Amino acid sequence: MSSTLATARKQDTARTHYDCIIVGGGHNGLVCATLLARNGRSVLLLEAAGQVGGAAVTREFYPGFRVSAGAHLMHSMPADLMRDLQLDAMGLQWAVRAMPSTALRIDAAPLALDGSSLAFDQPLTPADAAALIAYQARMRRFAAAVAPILASVPPRLGTHDWLDRLSLLRMAWQIRKLGKTEMREILRIGGMNVFDLLEEHFESPALKGALGLDAVLGTNFGPRSPGTVLTLLYRLAGQFAAGPVSLAQPKGGLGALCDALAKAATGAGVSIRTATPVAQILVSADRAAGVVLESGETIASRTVISNADPKTTFLKLVGPRHLDTGFVRRIQHIRSQGLAAKLHLALGAAPRFTSLSAAGLAGRLLVAPSLEYIERAFNHVKYGEYSSAPAMEITVPTINDPTLAPDGRHVLSAIVQYAPYALKQGWDSERGRFTELLINTLEQFAPGIRDSVLRAELLTPVDIEREFRMTGGHWHHGELAFDQFLMVRPVPGATQYATPLAGLFLCGAGCHPGGGVLGIAGKNAARQVLRQVN
Amino acid sequence: MPIHEAMQPHFNQPLLRTPFHERARALSQVDRFVAWAGYTSVDVFTSVEQEYFAIRNTTTLYDLTPMVKYRIVGPDVLPYLNRLVTRDVSKLKPNRVAYCIWCNDAGHLIDDGTLFRLADAEYRLCTADRQIDWLLASAIGFAVDISEVTENIAALAVQGPTSCAVLRTAGLHGIENLKPFEIGAFLISGHSVTVSRTGFTGDLGYEVWMAPAAAESVWDSLMAAGHSRGIRAIGSQALNIARLEAGFLSPHIDFISAEHTLRIGTERSPIELGLAWLLDFEKGHFTGRRALVAEKSRPARRRLVGLDIAGNKPAHNALLYSDNKARQEIGSVTSAAWSPTCKRNIAIAMLDAPYFELGRTVWAEIYLNRELIWERRMSRADVVARPFFAPQRRRATPPAQF
Repeated sequence: MSSTLATARKQDTARTHYDCIIVGGGHNGLVCATLLARNGRSVLLLEAAGQVGGAAVTREFYPGFRVSAGAHLMHSMPADLMRDLQLDAMGLQWAVRAMPSTALRIDAAPLALDGSSLAFDQPLTPADAAALIAYQARMRRFAAAVAPILASVPPRLGTHDWLDRLSLLRMAWQIRKLGKTEMREILRIGGMNVFDLLEEHFESPALKGALGLDAVLGTNFGPRSPGTVLTLLYRLAGQFAAGPVSLAQPKGGLGALCDALAKAATGAGVSIRTATPVAQILVSADRAAGVVLESGETIASRTVISNADPKTTFLKLVGPRHLDTGFVRRIQHIRSQGLAAKLHLALGAAPRFTSLSAAGLAGRLLVAPSLEYIERAFNHVKYGEYSSAPAMEITVPTINDPTLAPDGRHVLSAIVQYAPYALKQGWDSERGRFTELLINTLEQFAPGIRDSVLRAELLTPVDIEREFRMTGGHWHHGELAFDQFLMVRPVPGATQYATPLAGLFLCGAGCHPGGGVLGIAGKNAARQVLRQVN
Repeated sequence: MPIHEAMQPHFNQPLLRTPFHERARALSQVDRFVAWAGYTSVDVFTSVEQEYFAIRNTTTLYDLTPMVKYRIVGPDVLPYLNRLVTRDVSKLKPNRVAYCIWCNDAGHLIDDGTLFRLADAEYRLCTADRQIDWLLASAIGFAVDISEVTENIAALAVQGPTSCAVLRTAGLHGIENLKPFEIGAFLISGHSVTVSRTGFTGDLGYEVWMAPAAAESVWDSLMAAGHSRGIRAIGSQALNIARLEAGFLSPHIDFISAEHTLRIGTERSPIELGLAWLLDFEKGHFTGRRALVAEKSRPARRRLVGLDIAGNKPAHNALLYSDNKARQEIGSVTSAAWSPTCKRNIAIAMLDAPYFELGRTVWAEIYLNRELIWERRMSRADVVARPFFAPQRRRATPPAQF
């Protein structure tokens, strides 16, 4: 730590009062802090871990090998938010943007799914190729309609506030202005499952599998689960808003994003304290009054904004005795058990996926040979088991950013579905066995990869919960589903980033719109704080 | 605690019988029983009038066993109860009872009940309806253990002006020193019983709590001890008149639990029900507090009041109007009776603002069935204070010995 930083830290420690305290330094917390500080608020951001970033961090997992330990791609942070925060000026650079996606297949050549510039030499049937163009065009239109809804502060229902009515109308207008045919279509498919949707359009199992995987990544759903078109639209709308930064890898991994966000925050005047876990949110005279740190130190503030997930915020930091029974019951019932695990491999050499082009290796690799494959992988979850043939989203970040590993060596990072949080036997005895299974799965597509593995690290949802302090290890801080979406996210009674406790706000993925390194919740929370607190 | 462990398997048997059932059946002359919280319970033994007059003149026995009882213990029991109910439970001393209410998040009444502090950290909550779902939901984050003990405890209400004398005769030495809302331990024919000076009649009276095995023996002892003082077993009908005179609310009649209402706007807040005196906004948070603070700052829309109605025809279910031409409807009666003791035609009614103010006059539309000829009467009704009947003897310690 530099001496200036140390001095600054010392001064911060001495200070006992701020306008706003942000509990948790994830990307949303950092965005929120920056915007509040820019508006003249004195802001203290407290992070329990040794570095800010939450689940958007880069860390070493084997000597010389670094990986984005949580999220490994940026696909949804709105371009205008990034511009507004001037992240380029803060040193954020891109190793790659608009990564191509490739569906890996067993006993067949990989299938490149290169978005708009679809290559017709792909082994797709002419019908599928035409359908894909039409499908992608339509989904882009839908994404464009949904993106402003995700970016907005959802209205409260049942109030007589004209602002609430206006924003409800605005939402409806986003859908209505698609035109009659398209509006009917989005309303028709909105509640459907992605399996049925893709069955309507395509023949190729590999194509359907790859397109369907995006709908279930990070969720508690299989392709046949209701609401998976919603999760797909959520992702596509995020990608639409992100524009050129969609499916991007920052130089230095996702941690570089949060380094830039932290720099923006500090530049705006935010005081950041890391390795400073909060034990309790103080309540006095029926409003938030500050925080008590695990060290016992008390810092006062009339506005506390929690970047922690809703269960941690309300059940642990505030405590049920300051909240109503019905509200606590709703918080308790938020579905927040994660199903996605993270696999990190330190490789002695670049992996060689069968018949995969160099461009393909630089992109996203999807292990989802068919929708049935994903659904079968999901079946195990019902019985508290992990998938015997899991689906994966793989990246080899060192292809685009060699600085993450020693010369000539590589890192493989994969999101793995499904690995239930509440595994029947518990994860302690199964972690090694599941890692083996994953390497065997990879071996089918990249023969010989096993021999180059120097180190394998598996983060199960239990590990994700521990490392990133997310209840249940769910990267959205709570399932993204119709009953936990828009104005009922995280629960009725805590909408619009406010909570039943005056002075306490939420700014994390547990709020609208949800997780995925968007930063929207942080931005909207700052707006609500500025509106409500003078 | 999983919900199925805390619940009692009432659904296995359509209606349970209390340990007093055989005694009650033997005394029942008109065979009128009603279902109460899963038990069969006597509605009328002989005649409502006879039983009512026993409450106000002698001593009555009323089988309270179906009253739902929860044992609440654990290190967090005090903060738990203080977050549950609207009163400050920390003021409730051991061996004392407090009348309590609890609300949902919106500040609407869920139910009322009596809270017994049986020991330093042991409480019993008695309610008319089952509450286990709400009690367990309220226990999230609190180290408490809640169990339903309804079937483990038999209970008799011993109420009336001679009740103290009857209990003394039954061998409860020192019962005369028991103050209102106090709890004591006594022996009745060798059986340990707990006696609380509580009741639903607004009169001098006690509630006797015992093991089910002791029930019949205790019943027999009390009947024998009360024989010369006109003791009589009573059913719910007579008790309902007495509780109306005492101004007490009855769930399902004067309010519907906010957990049971289906129609929007039929929930009631304690402020609307005239129970604002039970709200302690200074003690810290309780469920519904924020909604009730907000409600208190707004002008009241309606309130439950007492009515003194002209004539002697009970205004059952009467609609209320601001004028005798029935032009503007302003409320309705929830409970009504001719009060034999007060010699007044009384009622509890929900009235819109501003008509609920004491001293206002409203008009009740009463329908009378005169041998199948229906007559409609507009009767003048004055908003009056409750209780309608509150004799000194209900509080006197020691009570008069007859």
